[in-house]
Amino acid sequence: MSARIGVVTFPGSLDDRDALRAIELMGGEGVPLWHADRDLRGVDGVILPGGFSYGDYLRCGAIARFAPVMEEVRKFAEGGGPVIGICNGFQILCESGLLPGALIRNRSLRFVCRVVHLRVETTETPITADVTPGEVLEIPIKHGEGQFVAADDVLDGLEAEGRVVFRYCGPNGETSEDHNPNGALRGIAGIRNQTGNVVGLMPHPEHAVDPDVGPTGGQALFASLFTHVMAPAR
Amino acid sequence: MRFTVEVLVTLKPGLADPQGKAVEGALPSLGWTNVHGVRVGKHVRFEVESDDETSAHAQVAEMASRLLSNPVIEDSRVLGVREVGRS
Repeated sequence: MSARIGVVTFPGSLDDRDALRAIELMGGEGVPLWHADRDLRGVDGVILPGGFSYGDYLRCGAIARFAPVMEEVRKFAEGGGPVIGICNGFQILCESGLLPGALIRNRSLRFVCRVVHLRVETTETPITADVTPGEVLEIPIKHGEGQFVAADDVLDGLEAEGRVVFRYCGPNGETSEDHNPNGALRGIAGIRNQTGNVVGLMPHPEHAVDPDVGPTGGQALFASLFTHVMAPAR
Repeated sequence: MRFTVEVLVTLKPGLADPQGKAVEGALPSLGWTNVHGVRVGKHVRFEVESDDETSAHAQVAEMASRLLSNPVIEDSRVLGVREVGRS
């Protein structure tokens, strides 16, 4: 039996197919989910994929947050189920209040599309449980609104509780503004909720699993997710 | 009763506003070298049906904070509630 991971398609989602393909490549079972359905089809985990849900109108993720499926995703998350928001999915999680902070226009005002290095900051999430803290992963980013912002006390809280999951860094894990592609406060590329089962990140692990087309930094994250959801004592 | 309403959404003070910065950077090329502190926001206008002006205002304020703005990064203000006629 393999891990059944659902991928939600909203109108305007782009990376749903890549996410499903990545799940299959990594040995899981990808389950397509639809924004208008109040049904998660009994999946073990949910991915909110990247793209431009509802055309990014109003604010990125602002409309998707009210999609019928999101009510189910919220219940699933509250029950401890793993929910991973990638790029637009991260924006949706912030808009829905499942994660703190917000993602605003890149400081450069430019859309950024390139491979970045990420330092794994915590293993207290389903996608990093089997990764060594401090490990550097190569994963692409592609976004115009990826600058993570939050009030100072919120940022301090995230740091103190070990809820920063990924930070932009150089090839050797060094962090500096030179390695920060979008101006994210404290170089934050991904965070988790208090219990660790909800994770949002701007980089795209689903684009980093196939050695034929680029870096493979996403493999470890999918592998970790599958191990986590298949563990008997969940 | 039907009201036209306007909602103004602005980025919270202190939060970096890249759009405002870009506009501020462009104005000097038109000769306006005397402009500082540009902030870009959103203006939303619509009609709403409600029993009276007070309840219209309250409903719009809730719409503004739940959907039209993201309170984490933005402030919202209901600007004008004007009756346009009975429906």
